[in-house]
This record gives sequence, C-alpha cells and structure tokens, in this order.
Amino acid sequence: MVKKILSVALCAAVLVFIYAPILLLVVYSFTDSNVIGRWEGFSFALYGQLFRNAEIMQILFNTVWLALAAAALSTVLGTAGAIGIFYSRRRVAKPLQAASQIPVINAEIVTAISLALLFSMIALYRTYFSLIVGHMVLCTPFVVLSVLPKLKQMDSNTYEAALDLGATPAQALFKVVVPQIFSGILSGFMLSITLSLDDYIVTAFTKPPMFDTISTYVYNAVRNGTNSSTPALRALSALIFVVMIVILLAVNLRARKPAAKERAK
Amino acid sequence: MVKFHFSRKQLCIPYALFLILFVIIPMLLILFYAFTETVDGMIRFSFANFVNFFTSTAKLSTLLMSFTVAIISTAICLLIAYPLAYILARSKFKRKNVLLMLFILPMWINFVLRITALRELLDLIGLLGTQNYLNTIIGMVYDFLPFMILPLYTTLEKLDNSYLEAAADLGGNKFTVFTKVTFPLSMPGVISGITMVFMPSMTNYVVSDTLSNFNITILGKLIDQYFTTYDNWHMGSMISIILLVIIFITMLVTGGFKDGKQEARGANLW
Repeated sequence: MVKKILSVALCAAVLVFIYAPILLLVVYSFTDSNVIGRWEGFSFALYGQLFRNAEIMQILFNTVWLALAAAALSTVLGTAGAIGIFYSRRRVAKPLQAASQIPVINAEIVTAISLALLFSMIALYRTYFSLIVGHMVLCTPFVVLSVLPKLKQMDSNTYEAALDLGATPAQALFKVVVPQIFSGILSGFMLSITLSLDDYIVTAFTKPPMFDTISTYVYNAVRNGTNSSTPALRALSALIFVVMIVILLAVNLRARKPAAKERAK
Repeated sequence: MVKFHFSRKQLCIPYALFLILFVIIPMLLILFYAFTETVDGMIRFSFANFVNFFTSTAKLSTLLMSFTVAIISTAICLLIAYPLAYILARSKFKRKNVLLMLFILPMWINFVLRITALRELLDLIGLLGTQNYLNTIIGMVYDFLPFMILPLYTTLEKLDNSYLEAAADLGGNKFTVFTKVTFPLSMPGVISGITMVFMPSMTNYVVSDTLSNFNITILGKLIDQYFTTYDNWHMGSMISIILLVIIFITMLVTGGFKDGKQEARGANLW
C-alpha cells in the first residue's frame, strides 16, 4: 500500500515538473499582461497580437517550410542510402554506416562549427544551401537508422520474384521493396521533421543573417531582453504546446492500437 | 531509347558523397584548424592552441565546471528516471504505453520554447537571476529527462519476469533480487540513458544561457564564443577536439552508443 502511494506520488511529481511550465504559459497566454504572474483578466488579446505580427508569422512559416524541405530531402537521400547500404558488401556498408553515425554521436555544436568551417571555405557560409544541408546532416542518419531494420525484416525473395515475373529493377524497387519498408520511411520522415523543428545550434551557425526560425528568434529575444516585451511570443508558445500535444497524442494512440493487437496474437 | 539501368547497390552513392562532403571533410577541417594558427594572414602548423587550453586557468575551470554540471544533471536524471521507468514498466496497467507517452511527449516539442517556459516559472518563484547553477541543472534535467526515461523503460519492460521469480525462489529478498538481478540486467538502458544526457548537458548552451541570464559558460558555449564573439576559429576547433576526445572516452567507458540514440529519440513511437 505504502509502495503504491509512493509510486503514484513519484509519477505525479514528475508530471507536475514536466507540465507546470507549459501550463503556466498556456494559462497566462489568455490575459493581456506583460509579465507572467500578473493576471489582467481573461482575454484573447495576445492571440490577436500574434496573428497581426507579420514578423512572427513569417518566422513560423520559415520554420515549417525548412522542416518540411529538410525532412523530404533527408528521407529521399536516407532511404536510397539505406537500400544501397543493405545490398552492398560489408567492405562498403561498414564504413558507410560508421560515417553515418558521426552526426548521431557528435555534439551538435561540433557539427555546427564543422559545417561553418566548410561553407566559409567554399563561400556558401550562411546561405539557404548551408542551412538545408545542415539540417540534412542532422536528419538523414536517423532516416537510415529507421529504414535499415525494415530492410532486414523484409522477405528478400520478393524482389527476385518481381524480376522473374518481368518487372524492371526500378519497378521492383518501387512496387515491391518500397511498400515493404514504408513504415520505416515514414517514421524517418516524422523523426526528421521533429529534429529540424527542435534544432537551434546548427541553424544558428548555418542560417542566412536575415533568416530566423522559432528557435533562433526566441533565443535572441531572451538574449536581447525583449522576451517579456513581446507577450505575443507567449501566445505562440502556448499554441505550439497545445497543437503538438494534441497531434502527438492522436498519432500515438492511433498507431498503438494495431501494434498492440499484433503483439496479442 | 536508353534503358534505365541500375543496381541497388549504387543507391548508396549519393549518400556516400553526402557523408564525405558534409560530414568527413568538415570534421577534418576541425582537426586542421585546431592544429594551425593564423599569423599575418598566413596559416601555419602549431600546437599553440593545445598548449594555450591546458595552461589557461579560465578554460580549464570552464571544463571542470561544465563537467560537474553535466555529472550532477545526469545523476539527478538517473535518480528520477530509474524508479519512474521501473514503476511504469512493471505496472499491471493495461495501456502503460499511454502513460509512458505522457512522460516523454515534451521531447518532440521545440526545446527552446520549453526552456523559455521554464525560465518564466523560475522567474515567478524567484530563482531566476539568483541561482544560476541550480537553474542550469534544473534546465538540463527538464530538457533531457525523457532521454533517460525511454531507454530505461525499454530495457526494464523487456526484462523476463522468470529471472526475478527464480531469484526470489532461490531465497533472495527484494533488495537482493534488485541489486543482483534487476539492476545488472537493466545496465544497457542505464548506459544508453547516461550517454544521452551527459554529452548534451556539457554542450547545450541554450539551456545555460536562458536560465542563467548568460552568466554560466559551459563547454559548448565556449566553442560558440570562440567562433562568434572572439573570432578565433583555431581555438574553437581545438576545444571541439577536446570535446570529441571526452565523447570518445565516454563511449569507451560505457561500451558505445549502438542504436540507443535513435531509440531514445523515440523513433519507434512514430
């Protein structure tokens, strides 16, 4: 009994720790006050300010656009890479996989400055190109890591069977291999989006000077002490917290059901 | 008509080129910059940065302080996450996956926003601006706790109950069963969790900057400063090399990362 109470108490305490800051921001996004802690009555004023703030809207657009582009490119490159690695001889596959692990293990700041060194050398420092490549370096290895296990689970005879039945290698690849590893490709894509949306350090070192994502904008707002003078950012954070929590719960609760059934069999 | 002809192996060529150009060459550039210096516009080979780092009290104390912050943050994460993961993994609750989700969900939400939210809370309770070290550690724990919970949960959930029953049948009391069976079997999760928390705690300077009002310089921040503030890329590269050596030693001590990071990132949850 005591054990049960302690267990519940620990879980509750950790949940409070995790969600208290988020809840605080959400609650105070519904009052027209410059500082958190001073309640000025319920209002949607901050949301009004948020949607009229062209700068923040542009940044929101930049962030989403960058995440989608980086994730799409990473998914194509990483999926092709994983298929190539899977069918290559060990002599080729091993070093490729090792190199692919470097950005995964490396500290983000080291990845960031290594790219800064490269791009300043070839005069592409702080361009859209360096930004996209920077995000691809972060994301692509995770796509490879998501797709490779699916290739290993795949029945390797189906590709040969497709060829025997008259399919071209390209047809066999797209109609037989890709559908079998599709869940891996999809999770690689989703993971890439979250990695890109979450990134600060690589973005800061590769972005064009006048380009900002939510991460760089908010960090700079804190640095310049303008955080509290832009209460609209509070509404933005609150909105992102709520939207993300709803999406994540929906995706995971739906995805869980068939998986759980499969395991029960 | 030219027939589209390819072998599946060749699909790795673009990725191989990508890795060489944007991963291997940049890393070699760090090595090059670390062991060179620019004198009168000329780049020449030099150990000056290396010597400078290990003779500078300021840099060494930053390294030591950063190490301490990371060790304390990692220890606190482990102390919170282990019992939590144990409770979640061993619970009889039918949909414990949903329960787990609640604890790791924030890791998919932009961390700059979450840390700024935490900053507001710390400000409200009067810690911001007075307790820089404490705030930084709270921030690291706040940000990286899910990365500790997830690998621990995964290993503890897979744990075969019959081992625990056998140990109990053979006369082990609860404490013995835990220290001699459960804990040793969960070591892969512990190691994976430690590596996931320790390194970012030394380098993620957004957390320390935001919560210490830019008063605490951790190792990652020092690298950033040499690149953006002091404009000394050689020294910045040398500190990166030292950081890489620390990462490498951590890997040797703990026995490598394997696929832990991907797992801890929750790839399989999508």
